[in-house]
Amino acid sequence: MSNNLPVLEFKSSTFFAPILILFSNVVADIEEALEKKIKLAPEFFKDSPLIIDLTELNKHAKEIDFSHIAQLLRRVGFFPVGVRGGNEQQNKQARELFIPIDTVRELTNLVITDDKNNSVTSQQANKQPAAAEIKPEVVNQASPPSKPVYIAATLVTQPIRSGQRVYASGDLVVMSQVSAGAEIMAEGNIHVYNTLRGRALAGVHGNTAARIFCFDMQAELISIAGDYKTSEDLNKQIYKNPVQIYLQDHALIIKEIV
Amino acid sequence: MARIIVVTSGKGGVGKTTTSAAIAMGLAKKGHKTVVIDFDVGLRNLDLILGCERRVVYDFINVINGEASLNQALIRDKNCNLLYILPASQTRDKEALTQEGVGKVLEELSKDFEYIVCDSPAGIEKGANLALYFADDAFVVTNPEISSVRDSDRMLGILSSKSRRAERGEEPIKEYLLLTRYDPDRVKQGEMLSLDDVQEILSLQLLGIIPESKSVLSASNAGIPVILDEKSEAGRAYEDVVARYLGEDRPHRFIEAKQGFFSKLFGGKK
Repeated sequence: MSNNLPVLEFKSSTFFAPILILFSNVVADIEEALEKKIKLAPEFFKDSPLIIDLTELNKHAKEIDFSHIAQLLRRVGFFPVGVRGGNEQQNKQARELFIPIDTVRELTNLVITDDKNNSVTSQQANKQPAAAEIKPEVVNQASPPSKPVYIAATLVTQPIRSGQRVYASGDLVVMSQVSAGAEIMAEGNIHVYNTLRGRALAGVHGNTAARIFCFDMQAELISIAGDYKTSEDLNKQIYKNPVQIYLQDHALIIKEIV
Repeated sequence: MARIIVVTSGKGGVGKTTTSAAIAMGLAKKGHKTVVIDFDVGLRNLDLILGCERRVVYDFINVINGEASLNQALIRDKNCNLLYILPASQTRDKEALTQEGVGKVLEELSKDFEYIVCDSPAGIEKGANLALYFADDAFVVTNPEISSVRDSDRMLGILSSKSRRAERGEEPIKEYLLLTRYDPDRVKQGEMLSLDDVQEILSLQLLGIIPESKSVLSASNAGIPVILDEKSEAGRAYEDVVARYLGEDRPHRFIEAKQGFFSKLFGGKK
């Protein structure tokens, strides 16, 4: 390299991958369940990275050969990129397959429950009551559904001025005004109990169920899960009114709160 | 301990230096030992407004670098012996300012003065950031037009997040609004934002409205702070500002358009 450009850089970042929680150690059953699942949303699962959670199996002392599982997942189109909750033998196998091991730590992270995904799993569970033992669940950033993780909402009482940015990993509640040129973002819902003049982006990690509620709507831009509208496209009728904004079939719906 | 006031705006040309000179003079006239510091390194103006440009020997940067003592650099005002000026360097740029250096100078001045007025440069770069960093109170100077209001709003964001008080989690800087170059006639005609329009966006405690006045320019050119011109509306408005800041309760004036001779005679329609 003749110029002075840096060769590389390390950055801290989050990588999203579904987690596959196994409840059965019968490889054939798992394969069958997986294929059914993939058929429901082939695009979603295609070439998806995947983390394998063996906690449930090991809790009930159900032995499983990790290399078989890894092979199976690769065959059906997943890229296993990690394992958690494995025992010594399974971790050793994972290491040999160059799959990193996540030492189980309590999940303090957020849970984004993707509505679509949830409905898929519940439908599927209804369809196959026979395979009572096999309930592989894919949750977007997961933890068992029986134990939801609570994320406190972020509360802001100071005015958010032009040029300031506020990010909330859960819901965001703003009691004061948000100035033009300010930007508020949340992975969950956004509530503004005052004038909203800046930009508001809810569901920034793709949560299409997120909503924006505001008391006095004068926003420059609103967005939910990437779908956005600028003030130019906003109906003049809702201007300066209390509104809620949500996503329906990829369209932003803006409705007055009566 | 001195109270540190920053006069700031974000936007240039709105009247920061005029305001700094006027309120520093006003505080000194009320018997408070006051120093006003020019943070606009490289674009030194405050000395002109205060009419002491021919007495500048050492400057703020010399003091920061230890090339001169504070006593050598401070200039005593010729109109009021309780007012001192610490001029900026004209030959250097903002990079010569360091947080440590500014902090040390302010600390030393704090021992001797009651009020320290920091005249911030325009922009949101180093000079402006250091001018506000140590502040206790902020006078946000705004013109009744939309870009000035937007810039003031931006400045308020910086005041609440990048000051020493914010970093230490102390009580936030007290922010006051000074609406300058206000022309009630043009407001009435819809050419200028009204006080209400500005307050809808900024919602700050209003210290005063300074009406657009020819006397401001002539006072600047003469090197006499406009507050000393008791005949001018701007001068009286600044006097009100200082009194309100010191806790006096004075009604706001210069908001309404002046009535002409005929409307006075026949009763103006509201």
